[in-house]
Amino acid sequence: MYLEVLMMFLAAGLIAAAALVVGGLLGPKKPGEVKLSAYESGVPAVGSARERFPVHFYLVAMVFIIFDLETAFFYPLAVKFQAAPQFLFANAVIFVAILAVGYVYLLRKGVLNWK
Amino acid sequence: MTHDPLWITFIKALAVCVLLLGAFAYMTLIERKLLGRFQHRPGPNMVGPGGWLQPIADAIKTIFKEDLNVTAADKFVLVLAPAISIVFALSAFGAIPAGPAGSLFGFNPWVMDLDIGLLYILAATSLGVYGIFLGGWAANSKYALLGSLRSSAQIISYELGLGLSVLAVIIVAGTLNLREIVELNIWSVSPWLWPGLLLAFATFVISGTAEVNRTPFDLPEAEQELVAGYLTEYSSIKWALYQMAEYVNMLTASAFISTLFLGGYRGPRFLDALIPGVSEWPFIWLFVKMAIFMFMFIWLKATLPRLRYDQLMRFGWIYVFEFALAAALVTGAVVAFVI
Repeated sequence: MYLEVLMMFLAAGLIAAAALVVGGLLGPKKPGEVKLSAYESGVPAVGSARERFPVHFYLVAMVFIIFDLETAFFYPLAVKFQAAPQFLFANAVIFVAILAVGYVYLLRKGVLNWK
Repeated sequence: MTHDPLWITFIKALAVCVLLLGAFAYMTLIERKLLGRFQHRPGPNMVGPGGWLQPIADAIKTIFKEDLNVTAADKFVLVLAPAISIVFALSAFGAIPAGPAGSLFGFNPWVMDLDIGLLYILAATSLGVYGIFLGGWAANSKYALLGSLRSSAQIISYELGLGLSVLAVIIVAGTLNLREIVELNIWSVSPWLWPGLLLAFATFVISGTAEVNRTPFDLPEAEQELVAGYLTEYSSIKWALYQMAEYVNMLTASAFISTLFLGGYRGPRFLDALIPGVSEWPFIWLFVKMAIFMFMFIWLKATLPRLRYDQLMRFGWIYVFEFALAAALVTGAVVAFVI
């Protein structure tokens, strides 16, 4: 069954590789120093772009991992939900309540306030 | 039989890719024509009869453009990133069933029939974010880096809303197999489930729009502040691959929404009274439903202005997240205590 997934990736990979090869072969090649420098609104590029970036992006990534795991834990519960609905619903509510404490803390701390 | 021989699967996979790319080409034209109509102008109408050869002209022009690799860039990743984007965008669509089993000349109208089809599509579409992030990082340009950071943060934030709003459907259907979800028809289970499912549908459409970077959530391409976001240093075919990935993702999102919430490849049953078996015809119903959502994406683009970035993040983390969770809990409560 999962060989079908492999077939799909093979076909998509073929298309992507063909497009890159054809595009690389057919286009004109007239490189120049200015043409190949990074675009910075028309003035010469200063320094590298590999610098520190706002800490908010790290925070969003960390918070995302926590809540995405929460979602991932819910999937098996949702699939088998009808086996024992009331018991599983109580479980889900307790789980959400624990995470809700963290969520309210995040909001109060202003993690999601972009300035 | 829900599985075909492997070589048939490979041919179907290639056919899906080619069809998606054709659909991408003509979606760009339809989008420009519709946007023109929304703004009281005809849109592209010069290349070929009524402008219908425009995508072919665009494709030829793109292929023959110079492929620039910025000197400061990481060459390998710069080439790899658009390939990642398009491969995952194309592969995600393979799990969508387009008709009942065996309706494609005796074969099955889907590339793969997975018990975890729903998870597979969520996984494949979220892997696409690597293409965007690596592309922006590899170019070693400040605009590209900022654009890709913003885009990644936006996509992972709205993925939560997407993942949580699907829960309501899974609770009702009790399976992750897309074909079984379509056959079950979640709306027919009980009217008490409708409020939860409607809420889930609304949050799913909103986060789906944000996932595919469409207006009003198209911050990655906010020209006024970021030039072209992660696309800044891309040209020629690599730029085209990113565009393809965006449109293919739109098509996948439309098909995914239709499959989960609107009965996918099944047509309305009352039409069977007029033409017997019409609701079982393959392709046509999925196509109609996808067209409705594609039109919605274009309509939104013509109507709504772009959100500010902090508004976008707050909207995703506070409203979409909470309402999606509420939809899952409401549906769960109804299943546990009402029916």
